[in-house]
Amino acid sequence: MATSITTDVIRPGHRLDAFEPSHSAGAVVSFTGLVRDASHGQAVSSLYLEHYPGMTERMLDELEISACAQWPLHAVDIVHRVGDLACGEVIVFVAVASAHRQAAFEAASYLMDQLKSQVPLWKRETQLDSAQRVWLIPT
Amino acid sequence: MIIELCLFARYREALGIERERIEVDVTSIADLRDALLGRGDNWAVLADPKLCCARNQTLCSLKSAIADGDEIAFFPQMTGG
Repeated sequence: MATSITTDVIRPGHRLDAFEPSHSAGAVVSFTGLVRDASHGQAVSSLYLEHYPGMTERMLDELEISACAQWPLHAVDIVHRVGDLACGEVIVFVAVASAHRQAAFEAASYLMDQLKSQVPLWKRETQLDSAQRVWLIPT
Repeated sequence: MIIELCLFARYREALGIERERIEVDVTSIADLRDALLGRGDNWAVLADPKLCCARNQTLCSLKSAIADGDEIAFFPQMTGG
């Protein structure tokens, strides 16, 4: 079980290799979020992610606890990038393991929904053409 | 009382302030926001109807009470993931 905030490049393949649920786990579901090169019809050159040091890390831990209370999970990995990101880089990686796929799918979906709306993280895009910096609002 | 005010994302950029220790005479976070709006200029950014707040790094409502030494943060809707 682990959650973290990082300024380092996230490598989903490496994290999945290191993800070792117990042998009673029959399903692993992972999600990888990437920086898109366009948003709302505008070409994007980069993305900046801001967090609330201390609070963000604690809320990720609480999110993991909340998921484990709702589904029988054998392992959880949540890592979220902050700082400056280039197009194509990984913003977030989430993996969960459970005995059966239904719980794993539901828990991964829950974690991503909560990450998008309940954890203090904010995205700011830089537009390619104008270099204008735009803080995103929830869709 | 003295509180530690923290601002994030577009509020931080609009005001050029990340963290400020301020002396205020208020009883709730709503009162604190009103006092800050009274400063005028770019502080109007805190009139955002979707404004979120945290007291001592825990999400709370504007109705929450404030005590001396609290860390109060204002920030826009979260957009992680």
